Amino acid sequence: MTAPLLEIESLRTYFYTDAGVARAVDGVSLRVDAGETVGVVGESGCGKSVTALSILRLILPPGRIEAGSAIRFEDKNLLEMTEREVQRVRGNRISMVFQEPMTALNPVFTVGDQIAEVARIHAGMSKRDAAAKAVEMLKLVGIPAPEQRANEYPHQLSGGMRQRVVIAMALVMNPALVIADEPTTALDVTIQAQILELLADLTRRLGTSVLLITHDLGVVAEHCTRVIVMYAGEVVEETITTGLFSAAHHPYTEGLLGAMPRIGRHAERLATIPGTVPPPTAWPVGCRFRDRCQYAWDRCEREHPPLYQIDVAHVSRCHLAEEPERRAHPHPPLAAERGASAA
Amino acid sequence: MPPVVPPLPDVAGIRSRLRRDRRATFALGVLLTIATCALLAPILSPFDPNAQLDISRLQSQAPSWSHPLGTDPFSRDVLSRLLYGARISLLISFTAVALAMSFGTLIGAVAGYLGGAIDAVLMRLVDAAFSIPTLLLLIVVIALWGEVSTSALTLLIASVGWFTVSRLVRAETLAMRDADFVVAARALGVPAWRVLGQHVLPNVVGPAIIAAALAVGNVILLEAGLSYLGIGVRPPTASWGSIIQDGSERVSDLWWLTLFPGLAILVTVFACNALGDALRDALDPRQLQAAPDDDTPIKAT
Repeated sequence: MTAPLLEIESLRTYFYTDAGVARAVDGVSLRVDAGETVGVVGESGCGKSVTALSILRLILPPGRIEAGSAIRFEDKNLLEMTEREVQRVRGNRISMVFQEPMTALNPVFTVGDQIAEVARIHAGMSKRDAAAKAVEMLKLVGIPAPEQRANEYPHQLSGGMRQRVVIAMALVMNPALVIADEPTTALDVTIQAQILELLADLTRRLGTSVLLITHDLGVVAEHCTRVIVMYAGEVVEETITTGLFSAAHHPYTEGLLGAMPRIGRHAERLATIPGTVPPPTAWPVGCRFRDRCQYAWDRCEREHPPLYQIDVAHVSRCHLAEEPERRAHPHPPLAAERGASAA
Repeated sequence: MPPVVPPLPDVAGIRSRLRRDRRATFALGVLLTIATCALLAPILSPFDPNAQLDISRLQSQAPSWSHPLGTDPFSRDVLSRLLYGARISLLISFTAVALAMSFGTLIGAVAGYLGGAIDAVLMRLVDAAFSIPTLLLLIVVIALWGEVSTSALTLLIASVGWFTVSRLVRAETLAMRDADFVVAARALGVPAWRVLGQHVLPNVVGPAIIAAALAVGNVILLEAGLSYLGIGVRPPTASWGSIIQDGSERVSDLWWLTLFPGLAILVTVFACNALGDALRDALDPRQLQAAPDDDTPIKAT
């Protein structure tokens, strides 16, 4: 077996705030192989974005990546590199596509200049060559009249166009890995599919691996070979995509699937997972999902579940792996009861 | 956790709002007129500003046809001195403000962007500097120094004027540091100094420019005050403050020595403040909802 392109091992990113230590990412391990598209799903606040920022060491104080974490990329530990070395990786070997194309572009520079900047920094291109490269990239991401568009400012472009520009910036150096942090959340539904298709098509052609962060399981189903489900700063389930939809193991994943609208399924209203993610400054001991879980029993309160091997390439952080018979007896979760008594 | 998104400057909108603001147009017109007069002083002045025209009878004359603004007790033409004085007063205040703004912006941006210990040290220094009364400090320094040249005076004024800006820019930078496009620039491997210079600074200069417009008025007053106290520009050089100083002992009968430079100071300071206010309103994010071609006035609440 060849070494994976990216391998994260027990990554812990903590934020030292006045309200206490927020353990936003708390021991996450994952890997991305060459040419693969891996999905990371979970609710807001589960640590997906912080994981993404940690990979490129973009965490600012009061945030800190704790000792003992390792992020190996192309056989080098990014966490042991100097700032200068990491700079050479960012935008060059690994690049990022952000959620908000409205704000991910600098309002005071033309989009051409912003794409050219990447080429100038990493390839040492001359101004003229970089400008030509920018036009070429705009053409690649399907922007009509790229010569004119290159001279326009972000506010002159539509949201979809802007996201195309952001993708162009990410692909200038033909990186080995693109981290896409909810790349379509801020876009119109009609544009979302186009942008994802574009990203998938370009990365397939260039052989780029993608770490696709999203909360949309539909996107995962369509584009990812493997999927990692995160909850409360941890990986709670990891499997191949087809396995997730046919045989989800973790109750949280079940909940996510149940909350997904589906054409052809008649339901009065969409299912929801009761309660909210606990604050990262105070993860509960034991299972972090137990208050919202319809199967939780006393063991979940005492014992923090490890990642159990369910199948080949399928792990789940749930004690049900050892006591599967309990799945037959669901009960209203604690959070739902609390909600009901409060109302 | 998604970073807080600061309001983005909308360049076109700001420009159109400024153009529609009659206050801004008027203030800018006044300032340009005064600056033109200062520039053209050698052409516009009827006399040499430092020439003592009637050396035998050193006497102050009331305004007349030959001396529209009268003469001072040294028999120098006040109109000529006012025009040349505008050069000195404007030169000192604009240069001092430009220096103070550049330095303050640099310090504020560095402190805000780097954060941590550097930020803490710089901002405590600024806090300490804030506790010293500017005018008193300048008086002490100049008194100890003896006579100061115009450029030294400019530097001195600049050296006590950057605190406010540095604080302002620091706050803006702090907000910008987490802006998506700044994180994006870092994620693309842009070196830190370049992120600061290319991506942060252009987006924080707006407030600094507003502060600058307001500061020019203050510095004109400061220079006039120092000159009035006799520790500003060196005689016989004319500045607006020194003209007032020349007539200060007989304000009641030599009213023209106080009134005209006083009016010049008043109008200039007023124009600077009006321009600053207009700029602030134009940059106010609450007004961003107003469409550029929408003429209904929006009431700020």
